[in-house]
Amino acid sequence: MTPEPHLRIRDLSVAFGAQSVLKNVSLDVPDRKITVIIGPSGCGKTTLLKSLNRLLDSVDDVTITGGIFVDDEDIYAPGVDVTRIRKKMGLLSQKPQVLPMSIFDNIAYGPRIHGLRDGKAVAAIVERELRSAGLWDEVKDRLHAPASRLSVGQQQRLCLARGLAVEPEIILGDEPTSALDPQSSRIVEQRLIELKAGYTVIVVTHILRQARRIADYIAFLYLGELVEHGPAAEVFARPRDPRTRAYLTGEIS
Amino acid sequence: MGFRRRKYEERIFRVLMLGATAVVVGSLLLILGTVVIKAWPALKLDMILKTPRGGYYMGKEGGILNAILGSLYLASGATFLALLLSLPIVLYLNVYTRRKSAWAVQVRFALDVLWGVPSIVYGAFGFIVMVLIGLRASLLAGIITVALLELPIMARAMDEVIRLVPQALKDASASLGATRLETAFKVVLRQCLPGLLTAVLIAFGRGVGDAASVLFTAGFTDSVPTSLFQPAATLPLAIFFQLGTPFPEVQQRAYASAALLTFLILIISLAARALSRKLRKHTLK
Amino acid sequence: MLLLTALPGLVVGLILLGLLLKSRGILAMKPLSALLFGSDWHPLKGGFGLFPFLVGTLWVTLAAMILAVPISLLTAVYLSEYAPRIVRSAAKPLIDLLSGIPSVVFGVWGVLLVVPFVGRVVAPLFGVYSSGYSILAGAVVLAIMIFPTIILVCLEVFASVSQDLRDTSLALGATKWETVKHVVLRKGAGGIIAAVVLGFSRAFGETMAVLMVVGNVAKVPHSLFDSAYPLPALIANNYGEMMSIPLYDSAIMLSALVLFLIVLVFNLAARVFLTRVEKKVE
Repeated sequence: MTPEPHLRIRDLSVAFGAQSVLKNVSLDVPDRKITVIIGPSGCGKTTLLKSLNRLLDSVDDVTITGGIFVDDEDIYAPGVDVTRIRKKMGLLSQKPQVLPMSIFDNIAYGPRIHGLRDGKAVAAIVERELRSAGLWDEVKDRLHAPASRLSVGQQQRLCLARGLAVEPEIILGDEPTSALDPQSSRIVEQRLIELKAGYTVIVVTHILRQARRIADYIAFLYLGELVEHGPAAEVFARPRDPRTRAYLTGEIS
Repeated sequence: MGFRRRKYEERIFRVLMLGATAVVVGSLLLILGTVVIKAWPALKLDMILKTPRGGYYMGKEGGILNAILGSLYLASGATFLALLLSLPIVLYLNVYTRRKSAWAVQVRFALDVLWGVPSIVYGAFGFIVMVLIGLRASLLAGIITVALLELPIMARAMDEVIRLVPQALKDASASLGATRLETAFKVVLRQCLPGLLTAVLIAFGRGVGDAASVLFTAGFTDSVPTSLFQPAATLPLAIFFQLGTPFPEVQQRAYASAALLTFLILIISLAARALSRKLRKHTLK
Repeated sequence: MLLLTALPGLVVGLILLGLLLKSRGILAMKPLSALLFGSDWHPLKGGFGLFPFLVGTLWVTLAAMILAVPISLLTAVYLSEYAPRIVRSAAKPLIDLLSGIPSVVFGVWGVLLVVPFVGRVVAPLFGVYSSGYSILAGAVVLAIMIFPTIILVCLEVFASVSQDLRDTSLALGATKWETVKHVVLRKGAGGIIAAVVLGFSRAFGETMAVLMVVGNVAKVPHSLFDSAYPLPALIANNYGEMMSIPLYDSAIMLSALVLFLIVLVFNLAARVFLTRVEKKVE
């Protein structure tokens, strides 16, 4: 395994009311690799992802125990500034969530929130991210049109660009392509692979083929437990746990 | 914007928000409290058991039994009439036609318009109709007018409940061979019964408390009406007239009447809430 | 059953028709503009200028809105975004209760507390004499009456904004308040406008409570501490006399018609905004 893990999850347990959703999950997420979390639906994958940027804080009646360390800092320590933690992570949701504003303002939202006032600097960031996302040529003439008018595939690429505009270190993807057509899916997957050069990527997916395509590292979550994890090649070729084997062969889904 | 300033702005608004909520809740408590405190000296059992004595509007003796019974008769009659009209309309809209059909849209539109009509306009309209058909200010005229007032309120509340019935349930009934009428009564109504009762109660509460619609139409009297064609006293008007007299003892009774009316509305409101909670427990999902 | 569904439309038509027909008398005597913009209200002498009443209603309603909208919005945001569940479930029934209190009871309370407060505390503060029966008193009472209207609609609108959208803003590092400002309020803007318009319309047509505290003096008001005579109060107060003076009943019916049409326009506008919000959710 690569030297310093970027993110470490230690004994994380999450419960909603009396319902336990994650049980003692411990995982080291390697730096600048794509880690894919796989598992059947409803087994806690999204909850795990949301615990990483503390989005679970908004949920009523949630109990979180254990620790999550980003660069050795416990993000759940009392007194920690949540917005700073979240700035380190970019989230890509399953259904593209464009903010109710123009294309330009969507991307500018993050930088502006974090204090950037200079109009030229903001415009430069917008252009840079749109170019990286391959959207620039498509939208440069309508930057101030509402973002909701873009196609679903374009919206998702916009969301990714928006997330990158705040210069995170970690990218979190929650089933990022399941709402997209095959072509847009490929574009997004390609982007994620390009991005691992500079960012640590964690993706949750139920599409095994996608996992095979992009994963460097695999974590298999089943019924709230981390059953198995390791380099993708190993887990796919020689799964150690019978449950992993069952999932990979399609017996449980 | 520095981080501290962002937090600072949030803190200011939090205080404002809490303050605003306190104002809203506080005004409720203030109103209830004031009315009850002022009413306390005059709240005697006689108030609800006797009719007023001593002439000129509310005499210095007796109670407001005329208004209590008058309001109850009037609101019950009006609610019953509104029920007879709204239920078929809403059932038709939900069982017999698709939601988006042009006719359904128009009917709902008309109901929306009616919902927004101020009660004084209903009163004026009721007055016009009364004069037209030669009816004098009476219980009946009041019932018709208040029924018109209650109709859109009841229909809207019922519509919201009935439209929650999943199409799948209606389809299942149809595929078992039930006619639309049977589906309407045996399946939809049963599913929605608590919600429908809530709608009836909401409308009833409105009917009891409204003054402007009965001002022209129900008249006023010191006695309990014994026929539909006699004028009827109503609680809101009793309060209004009592408050307007120059006698402090009578004004005192206005407060007591106001407290009684509020108490009545409170009970109706609680009953409606309890029913709608029951609704949430028993609906199929 | 089909026939019954025609009833609502029929009633709307009949109300319009009835009011219109009854207004014929005075409309034949005077041009509409003189009636709407004339300030001379002396029924015994044939003066039927409705302007003071229209202005009076407008003043009271606008003043009530200025009081009610910020408070209602702040409360709705608090309950929807910040309040712990216990507070939220305790507040909702209280707001429902507030909306059920009859108009007369508000009026009684207004006479008991608000009128003396305005007359003896607020007016002297501004160096003005007022009996307390004033636009300000009417505005305060009216504002409290429309709190529930605006709050409840806003709560529904906010609930329709998906949590995922809020999460997206939070994930970018925004604070809760920034999320409310830039996402929730923006997304719900149409619905908020609808709530405000509905509140306006409700306040415009409100009769008893305002009538009891606003003074009922038929002159164009010049300050918040003046008395005013809103349109609904005019209609309500003159029930007894209108049959005896020629054209009086016709003028009153015309007032009812004007009131009906104004409220109608606002309600329709609110509906348009709300359907647009609904469509976006679907």
